[in-house]
Amino acid sequence: MDKLHHELWIVNAINAVLGPVVALGYRALGMEIPDGKLVPDYLAMLLVLSAALVALAFVVRSRLSVENPGKLQILLEDAVQGLYSMLDMLVGPKGRRYLPLIGTVFVIIWLSNLAGLVPGLMAPTSNINVTVGCALLVWFYYHIEGIRAQGLGAYLKHFAMPPGIPVFLAPIMIIIEPISHLARAMSLSLRLFGNVFGEELVILILASLVPFVVPLPMMMLGVLTGTLQAGIFVMLTMIYLGGAVAAEHEAH
Amino acid sequence: MNTRSVLTVALTLLALGMVSPVYAQEAAADAATTLGQWSIITAGFALGLAAAFGALGQGKAIASAVEAIARNPSAFGDIRFALIFGLVLIESLVIYVLLISLILFFVNPFTG
Repeated sequence: MDKLHHELWIVNAINAVLGPVVALGYRALGMEIPDGKLVPDYLAMLLVLSAALVALAFVVRSRLSVENPGKLQILLEDAVQGLYSMLDMLVGPKGRRYLPLIGTVFVIIWLSNLAGLVPGLMAPTSNINVTVGCALLVWFYYHIEGIRAQGLGAYLKHFAMPPGIPVFLAPIMIIIEPISHLARAMSLSLRLFGNVFGEELVILILASLVPFVVPLPMMMLGVLTGTLQAGIFVMLTMIYLGGAVAAEHEAH
Repeated sequence: MNTRSVLTVALTLLALGMVSPVYAQEAAADAATTLGQWSIITAGFALGLAAAFGALGQGKAIASAVEAIARNPSAFGDIRFALIFGLVLIESLVIYVLLISLILFFVNPFTG
């Protein structure tokens, strides 16, 4: 896998700036400073993308206007509206309060997927650490929200007796349900990672055979799958949230 | 070319293909190398099988979704949601096989 690696100037620049700070942190914790880059590629890319998003948000906020909205404002309002309608459909009437996390996850995953197609950048989501991080965040979030919405006892009861399952199956369900919940975290992370990494690999191999024009159809496909995978990640998150939060209502 | 000669050529090629790893094994006489070759072959076949049957399943799902939309166009939104959800779940199985193949290609734990 080493031969697939290439130096990125933006990662080197970030390492030059943040490297001494991270080294200081290592020394303060009494740990040995590891060899090589102190800020790995994917973290540097995530930092760049987050900074770009925050800058974009500030620019849009400074130009907000009700009478005369700009094109960018209309576009972002449409995106928020789309997420609202998905939340209404999948989570239920109280779904809109989950927009902050859902929207953040969607935007950062979408940008990460598309960053792999820009020369000089890499997709942070093609590293499994990033996708596992996103999946675990979402996983713990929906469990915590489920406990907050239903109370600990009622939420744990659904592991033994999901709505619509007869009581005598409870001893089996209490084994199956935790496994299926763990499988959700695994499938969320591996699906995103496999898609983005496979896409990058195909583009890289085609580009190493013929550097011009030939990888273009694959990059077009990369735009499609990147968008689709970000949407799917968020859609599954909403379905899990809906299942955790609104299970009470379905039982009636 | 008639059928028999095509068959003969194919069988000859197959026999040559069977023989050549044996020569490679004698030449290299290295267990790790043979294992590496076989794991590449296995990964390719596994990915082919997964893609074939995954595509078959997705094709059936899309076919019935299109049929359902044609019968009842007003249910387009719900059907599209169910279709995408199902396609994602089918696709993730193929992605698992892709990951296993990539592991066998690049970070094979057995050949070192």
